[in-house]
Amino acid sequence: MAQPASAERRRGEQFPASAKTTVTLHINGVDRNLALAPWTTLLDALRLHLDLTGTKKGCDHGQCGACTVLIDGRRVLSCLTLAVMADGAVTTIEGLVQEGTLHPLQQAFIDHDAFQCGYCTPGQICSAVGLINEGKAHSADEIRELMSGNICRCGAYPNILASIEEVMAKAAARSGDKGR
Amino acid sequence: MNNFAYTRATDVADAVRLAADAGAKFVAGGTNLIDLMKEDVVRPSRLIDITHLPLDKVEDTADGGLRIGALVRNSDLAYHPQIETRYPLLASAILAGASPQLRNMATTGGNLLQRTRCFYFYDTTTPCNKRAPGSGCPAIAGINRMHAILGTSEQCIAVHPSDMCVALAALDARVLATGRDGPRSIAFADFHRLPGDRPDIDTNLRADEIITAIELPAKGFAKNYTYLKIRDRLSYAFALVSIAVGLVIEGGTIRESRLALGAVAHKPWRDRAAEAQLTGAPATPESFARAADSVLRDARGYGHNDFKIDLARRGIVRALAQAARGTPQSQSDKRIK
Repeated sequence: MAQPASAERRRGEQFPASAKTTVTLHINGVDRNLALAPWTTLLDALRLHLDLTGTKKGCDHGQCGACTVLIDGRRVLSCLTLAVMADGAVTTIEGLVQEGTLHPLQQAFIDHDAFQCGYCTPGQICSAVGLINEGKAHSADEIRELMSGNICRCGAYPNILASIEEVMAKAAARSGDKGR
Repeated sequence: MNNFAYTRATDVADAVRLAADAGAKFVAGGTNLIDLMKEDVVRPSRLIDITHLPLDKVEDTADGGLRIGALVRNSDLAYHPQIETRYPLLASAILAGASPQLRNMATTGGNLLQRTRCFYFYDTTTPCNKRAPGSGCPAIAGINRMHAILGTSEQCIAVHPSDMCVALAALDARVLATGRDGPRSIAFADFHRLPGDRPDIDTNLRADEIITAIELPAKGFAKNYTYLKIRDRLSYAFALVSIAVGLVIEGGTIRESRLALGAVAHKPWRDRAAEAQLTGAPATPESFARAADSVLRDARGYGHNDFKIDLARRGIVRALAQAARGTPQSQSDKRIK
């Protein structure tokens, strides 16, 4: 994905400790200009400044995965990302819906009852989108290992795994169809 | 988190110039630094964002090795075709560490500079010679299950937490750094320090220096290697003990050997005496046991971590056997064979 023009514009810029500065975030396909302090995390920018509360604050220390979002299609932790450094295109759970239709992983999580309290779910789903984009998981063991950054305190792991396996299998079947 | 100023470095020279400010810190992946700032363990007056420097390439070197830019993300490195095929020990060690999200963020240079996860270091309400020099070390007589058994001092028994660095130590990597005096190359064994009486200093990198790259020599031990990481849960946990092995075996005899341990010392623990002992020896359990005894000859437990000595001994023997068989530890199938 192309670097947004603002990354080039902001290169070499200096923000003093006292001042807020205008940061342009590219969230779910929309440019959002915010006045932020350098120490505002992407997570707090999303939740407190943009009312995008789908992304959850769990541990706030990079240990639970609840805050997982996608930047340029890669899953990252928004709690350990400074908003001022977030140059790429950010996709949150709110941005996965396309024209009113749930993302296949969102639908699969519902179909498989892949959550109880739901707090970790947005992070689980964004992480699973990243996992599928990466294309490195080819077995249940590999899915488990590569989803290990997302903790589910309710223990919905078997159904989370089933959801991801189903979406991966459907995607594989579709690409097989195209190949014929 | 304390308030800080933020600057984007435009090139390496600019970054070095900005680093003259003693309160400034470089930030790239931020996976450790931002966390330490949230805990008030580190309170920089300025962050120098180096993520726009052109240090994100993996390139061939003239002597047949690879040069890895300091900003190459851990996941990109682990899945790089050259690393997967020529240096699978490094790929395996990277994939044994952290989580996919953290590996997508964390950089090669930053991995070297991550701080210990000693909970006394992290807890600003307790003394810690690494965080507050001279305040004392509560770990020595405290809860020290995760702590060091080799190379400790009366000041500090913290361990270096990296998996990637254990493989880099075994592979005899070099660290390229640039400072006010220009570029230099540091042998991996000389990069990290033992605590001694200055546990507050983790590495021999100078304050004005920035890591620009890691260089791997041509030899990757791609046939006989393993990275065996033993931890409290199956994934996403720091090691209790980890072992990186690279061997060259001809006709059942070890012709060359590399052996490094993680989570046992203040730095990745490579033991050249044990490697020398293995070289020329038959690839048998007896040779592996002698090497393990040699590595642990001066090991010392501090109570809660006494078990690490026996765990390391068994782990070394198992890792050498895995490497000799050509059956490296899988990082997704967790059964240790």
